[in-house]
Amino acid sequence: MIDADRIGRSFRIRGTTVHAVRDLSFHVAAGEFVGCLGPNGAGKSTTIKMLTGILAPTSGRVTVAGLDPTRRRTAVAREIGVVFGQRTTLWWDLPLRDSFELVRLLYKVDRVQFRERLGELTERLGLGGFLATPVRQLSLGQRMRGDIAAALLHDPSLLVLDEPTIGLDVVSKAEVRAFLRDLNTERGTTVVLTTHDVGDVERLCRRVILIDHGRLAFDGTVDELRATVPGETSIEDVVAHLYLNSSALRTRPPRPGEDSPTATA
Amino acid sequence: MRVYLLLIWTWTRAAARYPASFALMTVAGTVTAALEVAVIWVVFSNTTTLGGFDLSEVMFLYGTSGLAFAAADLLFSNTDRISQHIKAGTLDAMLIRPVGTFVQVAADRFTPNRAGRALQAAIVLGVALARLDVPASRAWMIPVMVVCGIVIFTSIWALSGALQFLLTDAPEVANAFTYGGATLTQYPLTVYGADLVRGVTYVLPLAFVNWQPGLYVLGRADPMGLPYALRFLSPVAAATLAVVAVFAWRAGVRRYRSTGS
Repeated sequence: MIDADRIGRSFRIRGTTVHAVRDLSFHVAAGEFVGCLGPNGAGKSTTIKMLTGILAPTSGRVTVAGLDPTRRRTAVAREIGVVFGQRTTLWWDLPLRDSFELVRLLYKVDRVQFRERLGELTERLGLGGFLATPVRQLSLGQRMRGDIAAALLHDPSLLVLDEPTIGLDVVSKAEVRAFLRDLNTERGTTVVLTTHDVGDVERLCRRVILIDHGRLAFDGTVDELRATVPGETSIEDVVAHLYLNSSALRTRPPRPGEDSPTATA
Repeated sequence: MRVYLLLIWTWTRAAARYPASFALMTVAGTVTAALEVAVIWVVFSNTTTLGGFDLSEVMFLYGTSGLAFAAADLLFSNTDRISQHIKAGTLDAMLIRPVGTFVQVAADRFTPNRAGRALQAAIVLGVALARLDVPASRAWMIPVMVVCGIVIFTSIWALSGALQFLLTDAPEVANAFTYGGATLTQYPLTVYGADLVRGVTYVLPLAFVNWQPGLYVLGRADPMGLPYALRFLSPVAAATLAVVAVFAWRAGVRRYRSTGS
């Protein structure tokens, strides 16, 4: 489903080159549920943006559903659904129902299929009570469920979520998690999400990718992740330990000047 | 194109839920445009010609340029909001959709408010044509020049949008070329200096919106003495500028850096 081969993205900021992501390689098979962890500014969002065709990688190659997201952006867009936890992809002033109608037009979803799918998503995500409410008046939990529904109206084979549980209360979080798990097991939709919430990882992800300083720091199952720090049983503590001592996880020692900070002149 | 029409129709229906606001904006737009025509009347109450052209001919040039500009303004000028979309992060949401970014930005929050301007320009053009008595053998050029004008103005908007990918903080720079270009072509180019006319003929092809094809329709020799063949080259100029605009827009999207998180 996803093939990332030594992808990197650098930005030039006031004459300095900053490497947000470098030499990142991983593979995600169809039907997987992958969690992507990493400290703030580690390059998770940049990676998501390269997978979804928002940003072009400055090095390396990535394919999603067999297509290059930079060259075939619109073809990739039809195959994937994207949710940004921090920012809605819906239209602020329009009722949720109208936002869905615009999404239908953009993805050219057939009217009958759309009605069927929207009915199903409305029931599963409990959207019935606020379909007529403008998006700006929705609570964060309602908005997030609306965003998830919008990303799934065209029935994508891959769903990418950037921090989908950020800021949600425990009940909303549980609802979102239950929905994503069912989506993965029942429909077979591949799910990739980034998160800072280890609860997401423990309850949902069979596989964890840890990104630190723009590099792959760990790639394996949740149990393997736990085993990297002997004596620790709580995932929260294991992850904290890894963030603080992440250089120990590197597959090769850093070259001079390559350690933190990630900026090079 | 079909997606674009469906999108603007959906936004029009959304805008129709606030009919008072919609009506006020349309009236305001039409009044502003009417004042521009009043300016022409004021000028001709003091003189009989402007740059060697009489009132009907000036109205013809004003009407064709105004119609082309108003149509492009109505349909595509939302693209000058691209820098706002970049800053607010809404461009990210557009990039995940399977539709071109230009179409999405142009259709986003579309309102038909500016239709009043197009109507006003069409009326001026109608009055001018009634007074001019253009022979049918030359009148075919009129729809051609309006379509070319729409393409030229739309391309200028796309180019200024592409520029905003580089200069996110200076969207006003682009307005000099869009609204400035519209004002420039409202009058016979003979009122401007020869260097400016050469510039809008060979560099930014505003002279092909209404000036060169207009000379043909009016049956006038070029007061600047430029080649006769130029008056038939509006489609070539429009197509060339459109191709440049498409590449510039694509390059802009490719250079896009997105915002944090």
